[in-house]
Amino acid sequence: MSDYGFYLWGSYGMTVLCICLEILFLRSKKAKA
Amino acid sequence: MSPAFLPVLRRELQIALRRRGDALNVLVFFVVVASLFPLGVGPEPGLLRAMAAGVVWIAALLAALLSLPRLFAADHADGTLEQMLVSPQPLPLIVLAKIAAHWLTTGLPLAIAAPLIGLQYGLPGDALGVLLVSLLIGTPVLSLLGAAGAALTLGVRGGGALAGLLVLPIFVPVLVFGAGSVTAMLIGINPSSYLSLLGAFLAVSSLVGPWAACAALRVALD
Amino acid sequence: MTSELYRYAAPQAFFPLAGKLVPWFSILAGLLALAGLYVAFLVAPTDATQGEAYRIIFIHVPAAWMSMFIYLVMAGWAGFGLAFNTRLSGMMASALAPTGAMFTFVALWTGALWGKPTWGTYWVWDARLTSELVLLFLYLGFIALKGAIPDPARADRAGAILALVGVVNVPIIYFSVQWWNTLHQGASISMTSAPSMAATMLIGMLLMALAAWMYSIAVTLARLRKIIIERERDAQWVRIQRNAA
Repeated sequence: MSDYGFYLWGSYGMTVLCICLEILFLRSKKAKA
Repeated sequence: MSPAFLPVLRRELQIALRRRGDALNVLVFFVVVASLFPLGVGPEPGLLRAMAAGVVWIAALLAALLSLPRLFAADHADGTLEQMLVSPQPLPLIVLAKIAAHWLTTGLPLAIAAPLIGLQYGLPGDALGVLLVSLLIGTPVLSLLGAAGAALTLGVRGGGALAGLLVLPIFVPVLVFGAGSVTAMLIGINPSSYLSLLGAFLAVSSLVGPWAACAALRVALD
Repeated sequence: MTSELYRYAAPQAFFPLAGKLVPWFSILAGLLALAGLYVAFLVAPTDATQGEAYRIIFIHVPAAWMSMFIYLVMAGWAGFGLAFNTRLSGMMASALAPTGAMFTFVALWTGALWGKPTWGTYWVWDARLTSELVLLFLYLGFIALKGAIPDPARADRAGAILALVGVVNVPIIYFSVQWWNTLHQGASISMTSAPSMAATMLIGMLLMALAAWMYSIAVTLARLRKIIIERERDAQWVRIQRNAA
């Protein structure tokens, strides 16, 4: 896991980030409407 | 052939003849863009020959995209387009005539000018021939699909750029095989398989393009 | 029974139903993701040739599947709306697009990060990667077109035409590994023959795929609710609800 940490973290991390951004964006528009 | 096709084609060509500057603009843009690349990447002959196919194809693409809004904009502005929609003649045929005129004034000159640009890039004679043929097949595809893009973005703000943005992803396989055919010729592979695939794309887009354009026109003018 | 279901074609009726469904699908997504990650990291063995980096496939493959599946569903609903003139179908297509684009981006990103340690390169212009990139452009073009047309009805119909023309790209992505033998490995999962990868890896991927599916439904329904409120804001039921809130 040590050598490939960068790639694993990069993949799972980006996915989690995208999901968080998507949900955040969804909630923020709710406040605007 | 329906009685509508030839009169519409003749009308479009007459209008294009009166506005010769438009067609000339497209051609000049093509030559200028294609000439910018060696200035940008350096004049090394091997590099230029390798990227010639792609550069010429992309320059032709961009130049043709420039002219797409003209397909329907003028007729939309003065109400002729609505008359075309309610006329008893089948709309797909009218649209096909417009597309044919567009290709004759845009794509065809580009295809003919391309081998001259190819010479600038050091392409050998047989590759120049393949370049000409591939563009002769590929530019009608761009006119056919571009008509759909132009119809979808009719009257929309920023429509010209948006139309290009919509058409380009669908055009990617044509670009790949078109430029690929020339590159294949360069490295000694028979380009006929590439050109056959291009022909297939032409066949499919000659059905899809007018259908999508007509549907989009009806959507835009309801 | 079917006439009972038809009432949900109205945005006003579907709005509360979607609201009730979102929490359930979210919970399902969370549970399936937990199960999938458990299998992905604690049950599936280390790959003989690729080491630990291969575990990226538990995100990459589900994301790629979802990117294609969502596009088909989106084009389907858009086409349905075009044919039957139903407002809610067009709204559904609009709701699906951002999630589909997100999964396409994730598939491309994780694919690049898997490609580097495994095959030595972040990117290669083979048929499958290029078509997946084209899919991302199709999503973005769809979203851009819908955003640029002010009239919602016209936007829905124009978007539908665009989405339907782009549908041909999805089978190209799927079959490209068969048609062109380049970098991407051939399909390891077939409906008819036994899978060639370890069963645990398969189970992990399926769990994560189901999790992604449930997540997509939850997020899409939530986004659909917002689109309904936005598009129907002049309707009385929306105004009553907003005044009550």
